[in-house]
Amino acid sequence: MKETTLIGSLFKGKIRTYVLGILCTALASIISLINPLIISFVIDHVLGVEPANLSGPLLWLYQAAGAKEGLAANLWLCSLALIGFTALRGIVNYFGQVNASVASESMAKDLRQKMYEKLQSTTYRYHVNLQNGDIMQRCTSDIETFINFLGGQLPQIFHCLIQIAISLVVLSQIHVNLMLLSFLSIPLLFITAYIFFRFVTRTFTASELAEGHMSTILEENIGGMRIVRAFATQKQEIARFKEASEDFFKKDFFITILMSWFWGLSDFLCQLQIGLTLVMGTVFAVRGELSVGSLIVFVTYTSNLIWPIRDMGRVLADMGRAKVAIGRIREVLSQRDEPVYQLSEGQTGPIRGNIKVENLNYAYDTGVPVLKDVSFEIKAGQTVAILGRTGSGKSTLLHILVGLLPYQEGHITVDGMELNTVSKKWLRKHFGVVLQEPFLYSKTIRENVGVAKDNPTHEDIRRVTEIASIYDGIQEFKEGFDTIVGERGVTLSGGQKQRIAIARTLMMDCRVYLFDDSLSAVDVQTDAHIRDSLRDSYHDATKIIVAHRINTLKDADQILVMDDGRIVDRGTHEELIARPGLYQDVYQMQSEWETTA
Amino acid sequence: MSEINTQAQDTSQKVNFSFWGKVMKYVFRFWKILLGMLLSIIIQAGTDAVFPLFTQYAIDHYIEQGDASAIGMFAVGYFVCAVIKGATIFGFIYFSDKLALSVSNAIRIDGFQKLQELSFSYFDTNASGSLFARLTSDVRRLTSIISWGFMDFMWGVALIIMITVFMFNQNAALAWMIFAIVPVLLALSLVFRKVMLKTSRQAREYNSQVTAAYNEGLMGAVTSKTLVREDKNAAEFDAKTAILKSSYIKVAKLSAIYFPLVFSLGVVGSGLALWQGGIMVLGQVITLGALSTFISYSTQLSAPINDMARLFANFQTAQAAGERIFALLEAPVEIKDSDEVIARYGEVDADSTVPRLKGDVRFDHVDFTYKTGETVLHDFNLDVKAGQCIAIVGETGAGKTTIVNLACRFYEPTGGKIYIDGEDYTQIPLMYLHKNLGYMLQTPHLFSGSIMENLRYGSPDATDEEVIAAAKMVNAHDFITEFSDGYNHQIAKGGGGLSTGQKQLVCIARAIIANPALFVLDEATSSVDTQTEMIVQNAIATVLKGRTSFVIAHRLSTIRLADVILVLEKGRILEQGSHAELMAQKGHYYNLYTTQFLKEAKVE
Repeated sequence: MKETTLIGSLFKGKIRTYVLGILCTALASIISLINPLIISFVIDHVLGVEPANLSGPLLWLYQAAGAKEGLAANLWLCSLALIGFTALRGIVNYFGQVNASVASESMAKDLRQKMYEKLQSTTYRYHVNLQNGDIMQRCTSDIETFINFLGGQLPQIFHCLIQIAISLVVLSQIHVNLMLLSFLSIPLLFITAYIFFRFVTRTFTASELAEGHMSTILEENIGGMRIVRAFATQKQEIARFKEASEDFFKKDFFITILMSWFWGLSDFLCQLQIGLTLVMGTVFAVRGELSVGSLIVFVTYTSNLIWPIRDMGRVLADMGRAKVAIGRIREVLSQRDEPVYQLSEGQTGPIRGNIKVENLNYAYDTGVPVLKDVSFEIKAGQTVAILGRTGSGKSTLLHILVGLLPYQEGHITVDGMELNTVSKKWLRKHFGVVLQEPFLYSKTIRENVGVAKDNPTHEDIRRVTEIASIYDGIQEFKEGFDTIVGERGVTLSGGQKQRIAIARTLMMDCRVYLFDDSLSAVDVQTDAHIRDSLRDSYHDATKIIVAHRINTLKDADQILVMDDGRIVDRGTHEELIARPGLYQDVYQMQSEWETTA
Repeated sequence: MSEINTQAQDTSQKVNFSFWGKVMKYVFRFWKILLGMLLSIIIQAGTDAVFPLFTQYAIDHYIEQGDASAIGMFAVGYFVCAVIKGATIFGFIYFSDKLALSVSNAIRIDGFQKLQELSFSYFDTNASGSLFARLTSDVRRLTSIISWGFMDFMWGVALIIMITVFMFNQNAALAWMIFAIVPVLLALSLVFRKVMLKTSRQAREYNSQVTAAYNEGLMGAVTSKTLVREDKNAAEFDAKTAILKSSYIKVAKLSAIYFPLVFSLGVVGSGLALWQGGIMVLGQVITLGALSTFISYSTQLSAPINDMARLFANFQTAQAAGERIFALLEAPVEIKDSDEVIARYGEVDADSTVPRLKGDVRFDHVDFTYKTGETVLHDFNLDVKAGQCIAIVGETGAGKTTIVNLACRFYEPTGGKIYIDGEDYTQIPLMYLHKNLGYMLQTPHLFSGSIMENLRYGSPDATDEEVIAAAKMVNAHDFITEFSDGYNHQIAKGGGGLSTGQKQLVCIARAIIANPALFVLDEATSSVDTQTEMIVQNAIATVLKGRTSFVIAHRLSTIRLADVILVLEKGRILEQGSHAELMAQKGHYYNLYTTQFLKEAKVE
């Protein structure tokens, strides 16, 4: 996807609102140029001696108000016109800003939604490799930078350009030479501001680095408080922080000096420009080339233009940031989705739960092999247990079985269908997996347990939490099932998390369940209780259990022993304890202690 | 760092005078800068009020008279005023910013110093993220309002006063009419500013909810896949962004109403000036030039009033941020030497030389309850002889860390006593214990700086030879010398550039150099490769030798080194004894041991 395509898709359906917004803002800035003309008219004609110089509807209005005498007697009419135009400008401006903000905020919403959905639909491998902080920045501040540009800075540029153009036309009608003199410093100011802000960005970086360094020391100090206290290095730490804080002060102060010079000098220049207009205008007026009112128009227009032009230099210097931001957003949005995901994309028949794995090989991106020539078969309703040391490939096998990792070599069939060709969504609806380190959402326990089911009843929740042996435990919490857990809630122990994760997976009513060492943090008795109720309530579901305790494994129909990516042994508990190998070693170690107990 | 919650805490409504008094103490430390700032502001407001008078003078003296021969002097006068204005703009940015930066710097350093003194219980009730925010974003918020906010306010007041004086000087009747707008403008601005602040704060709150949702989306991405939650998650997210969108639009609408409204009111002033002033011009009460001045002044009034309203609105935010900072600066230090101890031993600080401890530690009927009310230990007894190694095992929340923290006097018991070398440790200076202490987290904590600086951390007087000897002892010397800059190799933030195992070795060497009498090891469960694991284990064995040590243990190899193993559950000792004794008991320890066997890489 190209950046222009992305921006184009964002504007789709909002272009009219956006353009309307910009047009209204431009119209408002045109209206704002009217009031100085009214004041000029009053001063020159109503109060002074200059001729009216009106035509068309304005002339008609003028005569309707009683011409010069009528207006002089009813000066409030002119004041009313001033206030009226200001109000009109306010209203038009309001519509402009609201439309611009509706359009840009809608685009922001679209971008946020797109980013969120993309992060959900990218592959498992993308998630394993990404850096959270960086992605978070793209989702938040990069979107903000880009939208601020679209919704704030771009209309501001238009507003400024239109005002310059119209002022130019109006003023050149009055006095060309004075107009040229009044616009003399505009290019200078604009270019100076642009160059200054491009340059100053670099000093910002230096200050940000210094601030980062100081923050690091603060963070390390708070995080390593035990080390600091135990090594009694408080004084040393204070000296370190003081140095960093003062360095940050110096770097920031350098920016202060630059800024004071820039704003001081440029304000002097702006004021000088107004002074030039005033002095030369006075000279022209004395010569009779310019009326008093027109002089006031010149001074007002110049004052109103000159400051926005200086700001425009800054806005343009900032434009680069918006471009970088949208580029970083685009990069995420261009990531590939999981292949064969939607229900319409792959085979989606009913499922019985026969699984056959043949000669499966799998290697990481680095080329290090993880699974080597793995083959086994599970009949629907059977239980298969897997034993192996950390790093033997058990988790990888489970991840492949639920379609989180793609396989290239070998075959996996589910009820005879090749797993690669089956819709992932469909697969995962029928293959419930409990991961090793379960993640709970920042929601109530009730919502977490019911998270994979539409409108679960309390009875549903009670049933699965009882099977997972956590129902009574939850009742003991002060808020019971309404206790909020997850990142921003109550911290649960590993065992409690695992059991809630089991409960929420059982809620899916799957045909196949996979447990990736999901009982490791619960005690032996609870483990046994969960296994018993699973056997009773889910006897016809296929189960694959990875565990380290022989007790957890021994009742399985088939036990696979894995080592270094291979299945090194397989059989029932009785068969495996009868022959030497890892299973027997572990069994002997565990049962030896048990029998002497 | 999280700023999510700081906004919600902006609850203080009233002006807290004692608080602002304390802030002023900091500000007056830099009274020269403050003086420069005030001078610049007042002069600048003066020139702002003078400029319309130039137009008036030009109209009345040159154009109306039809003679511009004296305009050279006029131009020089204008130029001088422009120079003064440029100079005062330079001055007020320079001084205000310098004031903000200086006060920030002073508060930050005081705050950091305070953090080094505070007891651990303070860190339990104050999340590290919030402490971090106090010394960074809160300080920024407070100082920006005392410099920029204050400056805008002073400028506004000065400008309004000058304009008022000039107007009344020219024509009191017209001045009164225009001045009547000011209270209306101020009242309107105040009301609007408050509403605007409220809505934008709300928008920020929604924004942080969206950020939190992104974070959860990232952390739980794989879980969501396995539960086929993607569509539901997207729908929930959609609801959140929809609220965010409408609240941002609300903010935009309010400001699109407010600014034109304030401006229109200013124009009402101009209209009044044009109407009544025009009549006066016709009646020859005032000059044409004076009329133009009145029109300019009436439009000039709205900007300072807007600024003042903004200060009032932001005032509470600054006060709330400031109150959080001063809550830190003034927090009581709970664990410190009592007057009695100081009387007996004198002031003992981190730089003092202290006698070496033997290392006997005795817990005598110790109770411990956290501030939150959670009781962790009850009637806990333990007798550790000098040189013994105690391994503590048990589930998360069993009280392992609490025991260690009590032994280190990071906390003090809420009941009972702890004796070090036979003396109640609250009766000896804190530093006697801390300067004899070594601590190692196996999620190794290094500081950014060179490897040498990290090794010397805590023993700045150690010679190069001592440092290198220690590094050799733990097998760290070889990998360090492989860096092109050897011991001067810079360690990035969080220890970047070194592997976990290497960081662990540096930490162990650091502890050996500090040569503590009492050593604490808080072991992590994270695994490293087999070879490194063996090297690290050997290094740990080296450091434990000959000193009293407490190990919060997860690894079998470490546990086996212990003289005494404590198995904890909910603050009680379930089992206590050597490895062989506990294996023979076949209780909880044996259970832990067997599951651990498979989880560890093949070390043995």
